[in-house]
Amino acid sequence: MNAVVRANGLTKAYKNALALNDVSFRIESGRIVGLIGPNGAGKTTALKAILGLTDFKGELNVLGLDPRSQRDKLMEQVCFIADVAVLPRWIRVREAIDFVANVHPRFNRAKCEAFLARTKLTPNQRVKQMSKGMIVQLHLALVMAIDARLLVLDEPTLGLDILYRKQFYQSLLEDYFDENKTIIVTTHQVEEIEHILTDLMFIRDGKIVLDTDMDTVGERFAEVMVSADKAAAARSMKPLDERQVFGKSIFLFDGADRATLESMGEVRRPTVSDLFVATMKGTYA
Amino acid sequence: MKTFYWLLKREFWEHRGGFLWAPVITGGIYLLFFLIGLVWALGMARHGFSMDGNEMGDMFAQAAAGHSQHVGEVLDGFIAFSVMLVLIVCGFVVLFYCLGALYDDRRDRSVLFWKSLPLSNASTVLSKVVSAGVIAPVIALVVGLLTALVQLVILLIAMAIHGVNPWQVLMQTHLLRMTVTAVSLIPLSALWALPSIGWLLLCSAWARSKPFLWAILIPAIANVLVWWFSVVGLFSTHFAAGWSRVLARLLGSVFPNSFLYWGEPDLHFDAMTNGGRLADSSQLIGNAYHLLASPSLWIGVLGGTVLVAGAVWLRRVRDDS
Repeated sequence: MNAVVRANGLTKAYKNALALNDVSFRIESGRIVGLIGPNGAGKTTALKAILGLTDFKGELNVLGLDPRSQRDKLMEQVCFIADVAVLPRWIRVREAIDFVANVHPRFNRAKCEAFLARTKLTPNQRVKQMSKGMIVQLHLALVMAIDARLLVLDEPTLGLDILYRKQFYQSLLEDYFDENKTIIVTTHQVEEIEHILTDLMFIRDGKIVLDTDMDTVGERFAEVMVSADKAAAARSMKPLDERQVFGKSIFLFDGADRATLESMGEVRRPTVSDLFVATMKGTYA
Repeated sequence: MKTFYWLLKREFWEHRGGFLWAPVITGGIYLLFFLIGLVWALGMARHGFSMDGNEMGDMFAQAAAGHSQHVGEVLDGFIAFSVMLVLIVCGFVVLFYCLGALYDDRRDRSVLFWKSLPLSNASTVLSKVVSAGVIAPVIALVVGLLTALVQLVILLIAMAIHGVNPWQVLMQTHLLRMTVTAVSLIPLSALWALPSIGWLLLCSAWARSKPFLWAILIPAIANVLVWWFSVVGLFSTHFAAGWSRVLARLLGSVFPNSFLYWGEPDLHFDAMTNGGRLADSSQLIGNAYHLLASPSLWIGVLGGTVLVAGAVWLRRVRDDS
């Protein structure tokens, strides 16, 4: 497989903080990668570097191009939705479609219009007359009609209600994603994207602390519910995390022996949010 | 090329209010006041009042007496005035347009949307330069000329009612030649405006807040400093005067055809205020294009280019969204 993004020793320092600290990773084609981290961990900086929106030290290769010097060319292959509501407020639906259709060589107008036909948006409507959810619908319609190889989503559903959020990811999966495309997404609503991710990347204090695919997550991490009498034994196995539910303890293990765990209690695959919380313990302390 | 055309179109969509409606409304209000003035002046004349400075009444009297040449001159003055008025409004529009052009989309973060498209920063900034230097003035000029035309038709109708042969008067105006003059000054005006457009765009791309304040404040402080140093004798007063002119160029030359009032030594444009001589358009155009031989224009173009390049660079590196 060929890498869509290859980062090597990526470093970005702001005035008084290191947003990215010597980060290296690869993202392969045809994946949906969740880049997940606490506020201020460096997620947005990493995405900005990939999109050529910020300067950085180190090596970064996106679709064979350097985002710093070949940004104009790169943006023909890369799309992004950075946050909700960054569409200009004065623009009308019709104008937005006309403009993108005429400046983007890979835009498919029919596809965009077909998607918009399923919404309540009308051609003469201005962005400033729309709700947040409608703005995202328009933005998504524009982006999905672009045959890009890499789509970057930075908190694309922040502040939307659950109907819009579900619809957003469903549209992405059903109408957009295929094996030639790659999606990188950051969000705090981890539960909602958990089932669509193929890869998981945790970032903390400018470092990648976990970089794995979802299948490996299932093999590597396990959650065991243990009754009080076996808790001490479980604790001695150095769990990542421990929490109490209904008088029982739930332990989260990284790479522990399956058979041993199963002898102690019910074993299941941890959710990404539990894994996240365990990994990020003490971040804000 | 197609992309650039759509970038210009985008600017027009966003600034339709300033580029089109501001001149139209100015022209409309002017015509309204003109009409009120005309009715009032003619009413006074009819009741036998004669007033000093009632040019309108005088003009009708002259026209009735057959002095159509003088009347033609006055009408030329009216034409020049209405075009000028609309162009001055256009100057204010362009001033504020430039200050917002690379700032507003950073403030509302829509810059992230524009930057998600395959558009180079250079073509984005250039589309704004062309909008400010050419598109807005051309639209304003067309609106100004239409205003002048409507005004002329109103006057001729009024004359016809008063028994003056409108055709005879019309022959004495120089509408066509003045149109040619005004149109032919547009490229020159755009070149002249470049340092100002560049400076305002630079401030717009640079400021984290209040670009207007920066654009005004920096030249103002620079001016005071140099003036102070010239008072204490560090700089000559000659240098200080030249410096003031440079700063005035930075802010003032956004106004279309402002070079006509700049008092360039080898240009004599008091003709502009005199409708009659303005009509000698070949002379005016010729004089104006003498500016192409003046270092003042080309230093400005050079400085403007550097400022625009700075704005392109800032557009790329400003990272605050």
